[in-house]
Amino acid sequence: MSTVTTPDTRSPEARPALPDGSAWSRWANAHRKWLFAAPAMAFVAVLIVFPVAWTGYLSLTDAEGSVRAESEFIGFQNYLDVLADTDRFWPAVWRTVAFTGVVLLFEIVLGMAIALLLWRPFRGERWVRVAILLPLVATPVAVGMMWRLIFDPNIGMANQVLSWVGIGPQPWLSGQHSALPTTMFIDVWQWTPMVVLILLAGLTSLSDEPQEAALIDGASTWQRFRHVTLPLLMPTVVVAILLRGIDALKTFDILYATKGRGGGSFHEVETLNVYAYGLSFDYNDYGVSSTVLIIFFLIIIGVMWALTYRKKGLQR
Amino acid sequence: MRRRSILGTSLAVVVAMGVAACGGGDSGEGSDTLRITLVNHVWTENLKKALPEFEKQSGLKVEVTQLGEDQLSDQYNVKLNAGSSDIDVMMYRPLQEGKLFAKNKYLADLTDRTKSDSAFEFGDFQPGPVQATTYEDKVVGVPIITEQEVLYYRKDLLEKSGFTAPPKTLDELKAQAAKVEADNPGVAGFVARTGKAAAVTQFSSFLYSFGGDFVDAGGKASVDTEQAKQAYAYYGGMLKDHGPENISTDMSWSEAMAIFTQGKAAFYTEANSLYKNATDPAKSKVADTVGFAAFPAGPAGSKPYNIPSWALGVNDASENKDNAWKFIQWAAGKEQSLVQQKAGVPGARASVWANPEATSTYPKDLAEATTVSTANGVGHDRPLVVKVAEAREIVGQPIVDAITGKDSAASADAANEAFQKFLDDEAK
Repeated sequence: MSTVTTPDTRSPEARPALPDGSAWSRWANAHRKWLFAAPAMAFVAVLIVFPVAWTGYLSLTDAEGSVRAESEFIGFQNYLDVLADTDRFWPAVWRTVAFTGVVLLFEIVLGMAIALLLWRPFRGERWVRVAILLPLVATPVAVGMMWRLIFDPNIGMANQVLSWVGIGPQPWLSGQHSALPTTMFIDVWQWTPMVVLILLAGLTSLSDEPQEAALIDGASTWQRFRHVTLPLLMPTVVVAILLRGIDALKTFDILYATKGRGGGSFHEVETLNVYAYGLSFDYNDYGVSSTVLIIFFLIIIGVMWALTYRKKGLQR
Repeated sequence: MRRRSILGTSLAVVVAMGVAACGGGDSGEGSDTLRITLVNHVWTENLKKALPEFEKQSGLKVEVTQLGEDQLSDQYNVKLNAGSSDIDVMMYRPLQEGKLFAKNKYLADLTDRTKSDSAFEFGDFQPGPVQATTYEDKVVGVPIITEQEVLYYRKDLLEKSGFTAPPKTLDELKAQAAKVEADNPGVAGFVARTGKAAAVTQFSSFLYSFGGDFVDAGGKASVDTEQAKQAYAYYGGMLKDHGPENISTDMSWSEAMAIFTQGKAAFYTEANSLYKNATDPAKSKVADTVGFAAFPAGPAGSKPYNIPSWALGVNDASENKDNAWKFIQWAAGKEQSLVQQKAGVPGARASVWANPEATSTYPKDLAEATTVSTANGVGHDRPLVVKVAEAREIVGQPIVDAITGKDSAASADAANEAFQKFLDDEAK
């Protein structure tokens, strides 16, 4: 290891001969920094750079039907078409943003509340923690199927429960306007525990002294939360927002499992991800689909950049 | 956490394509292992029971991949796009993917093989289905399952409401559905598929029976004709007025079938090939009381679709085509076709249909309804185009608009315009 950390400043001739003085060993020794990084770089190239680059290329062509079929290079025509599409594309953008915004708000607020409740030790703490984390370990498709049954307008449990308190049956997932809020609810149900987990880790690492000082100064519970706990916890909150935000933007499984292809007959829950999936798997419009994905990719990078920038500002 | 899968859904395809393109070719000509991909269907269940017999007699090992319709479609999209050779025999929908696959040259030309084999007797297959598996005069598939739309109904509920026979016309259907619904709170008069794309095939029989079609004789879009508008208004209106409460507009056959088999609906229009779901006591609460009738007549008569829903093809990139053909010879052969038809899956062989034994196991009324439908049926149940999925969404829009109480005539006008544009694009 020491040869790696302390550079050998002697001239090549002055260095001791390697055990096997072949040309290969000498070459390998001279290029070791590239050699060691090569597997990781190859991995990134094959699994990330190549697909993104090829998607970028496809987005500039009119590829459809089969990606092996002949396609023409059409420049930015797809981009112009997609950005002018007020029928499917912009509503999908709006839904993606609305979905992400709403679930993020609920998940952070609820997650914070639950994390604060679980912060101090109490009897049965372990069981409560396990119960709260259960939704997190279920696979999203199974979760989607489960809620689809619960929300079935005719035989589902949700309407059964409502009828006990005298409320009439609701359409839930099958309503044109209630489908998106219902999927948001499912997402909040499943992913709030992850926020709890992150915030709880942050809370546990906080020192007790500022709290005690505030207590002695006579601060109320709310004041202690607002002026002591929250500012100290802010970097963790930003991490939670960042992770959940990016995940929420690209939610696919819950939407697909509950509403199927195209996000329902009226595209009620069609977000950008669902739209791009339909374009490539139902319509075989690989060019347009790639265009939507590249635009989506840029949106996510933009959001990520904005959030990390903000995070740095906060940590300063 | 699923980081890095930002472009997950479709990019995974691209990666798979790249990887599969490099990885092909591991099975040499005439490998003993045959890889077949089948859909979840009664046909597949029956076939799997008989597979050991084929393996014994041919000495081949058969690996079956079995998927739902949508997943199967996705699988083909990924693997065939990549030119992968790891599918030998593929079960596909001639009317849904047939044109696309043939145009992309995914399906091997089977013309010579079908001609050279006298025992297989390709001439025995009904001409309609064969036409659907033929592309530019080349046979690219062998039809295995045919289906017709029939009326499923509840004998007990009809009797209770004083009806002695199932409806013969669409007007009677509406009247009976309304009466049964009024007599039985909590039971819908009528149920059928409601999903925009899923409903199109079952709606097609209504469209034809009102005298319309998706495309007219001149090849122009025709979903804005008076007949088509009436059909949309009828189908959507039945579901809106006599369908289950809070009706979802996402239902495919499995959801609609569930409502019927849970005893929550009196009438249900659906493909006859799914009848086992309604008559099997393990799956259906109404197994004892379900009846079948021919599709009710509209102004233009009773014109249900009569189509080949599934066929077997050989992947053009397969390196095991001889054995793939051996499998098709067996699975679509006379013997297996008879076994399948007796087990409830209507096939495409004329000789099997002529054999009374083949339908001896069917409910009597279903066999009768099927005979009627086969005689006056229409050979397609969706627009015959390359990009069927997209076309179905276009012509299906007025259906969901009618179900949700919107102006379905205006919606049909809009759909016609979009459909004509789609046809023009495809003709380019």
